[in-house]
Amino acid sequence: MAEIEGGGKHKGGKKRGKKLSTRVDFTPMVDLGFLLITFFMLTTSMNKPQVMDINMPIKDKTIPTQPVAASQAITVILTKDDKVVYYFINQQGEPEAPIITDFDPRKGIRNTLITENAKRNKYLDSIPVYKKQMTDGIIDRPTYKAHLSAIKNYEKGLIVVIKATDESRYKNLIDILDEMLICNIGRYAIVDISDKEKEMVKIAQPTN
Amino acid sequence: MPKVKVPRKSTTVDMTAMTDVAFLLLTFFMLATKFKPDEPVTVDTPSSISETKLPDVDMMMITIDKAPENRIFFGIDGQQKRDSLLNMMAAKYKVTFTAEEHKEFSLLSAFGVPIAQLKQFLALPPTERSKVKQTGIPCDSVNNELGDWIWFSRLVNNKIRVAVKGDQSTSFPVVKQVMNTLQDKKMNKFNFITTLERGAE
Repeated sequence: MAEIEGGGKHKGGKKRGKKLSTRVDFTPMVDLGFLLITFFMLTTSMNKPQVMDINMPIKDKTIPTQPVAASQAITVILTKDDKVVYYFINQQGEPEAPIITDFDPRKGIRNTLITENAKRNKYLDSIPVYKKQMTDGIIDRPTYKAHLSAIKNYEKGLIVVIKATDESRYKNLIDILDEMLICNIGRYAIVDISDKEKEMVKIAQPTN
Repeated sequence: MPKVKVPRKSTTVDMTAMTDVAFLLLTFFMLATKFKPDEPVTVDTPSSISETKLPDVDMMMITIDKAPENRIFFGIDGQQKRDSLLNMMAAKYKVTFTAEEHKEFSLLSAFGVPIAQLKQFLALPPTERSKVKQTGIPCDSVNNELGDWIWFSRLVNNKIRVAVKGDQSTSFPVVKQVMNTLQDKKMNKFNFITTLERGAE
């Protein structure tokens, strides 16, 4: 082996039984150790995936559905090419002209949702206050969550009706649900699209 | 001048410290590891800002492949649970499975074949399975096997939760179909698996 015995010279004296070194060569053991580390590092899955909760209404025809106040509702329709069409219902109960937009974080649907929700939900401003109280340790996390949920579900807040055309993708659905989280909207529902709305989308977004 | 002989130093290094570190890390990784379950398809999940973590136990996982195939895969956790689930499905669809097939099925983390083809699929050695193209579990109004899998999973484990894992490009009608099926089976609360959005505020 590539070892050089250290300095000392043996000089005469009493003859003794040669003392064997108690040192063991650890190199193969370390090799094995690192090999196993590499194996476990590669096979391990450290980060657990994130999940998004969703509650769907109970499918029961006997429970009457409550009509949504027209002034509170916005209908968002997911369409092809990651575009979104949204419209409001005016005072006369007629749908207003649909507007086409996308998921751009600045100019897209988020902007509309934030402004519209802020117009209706007067308690939104207190969310950062509660959040600060939580970070300062004045209130605990469950209390903060309770406050947040109460604000999000404020009865006069914006109600989002989510619909999707058959051309939309799963990503769009997740994106719009994500916007609900970002914009602090607690009242939303995923609803089937009607034929009338399909026509509306076709007019707003002509096929090229 | 006589030459000064420098005594040669030993090149042996004490390995003990290094071994200690190596084994410390090894122990850490061995304890922290949780083997990735082999997935029949790789799906690219959309991102969201949600920070809730996916629970480990009592999970039913519905994986939807990317467009245009949109195949549906199904899997639950727990070997005994899988075993009793297969029993119930076998009784409903009048297919008999041997003890061997039961064992194979209980080791399967996810699958995507109709029940009629399941016997054939289980007969394959595990290494061959990934090469076979699984057709996906039927989930339409005529033949909704997915609904039965969901329903019997609930009977097997009443605490079960649902996680839907779709690809970014999965078409909406398929997702809608799965969601409808879940609602029909009274599973009104479910989770969508997402990855954490990078660079989120």
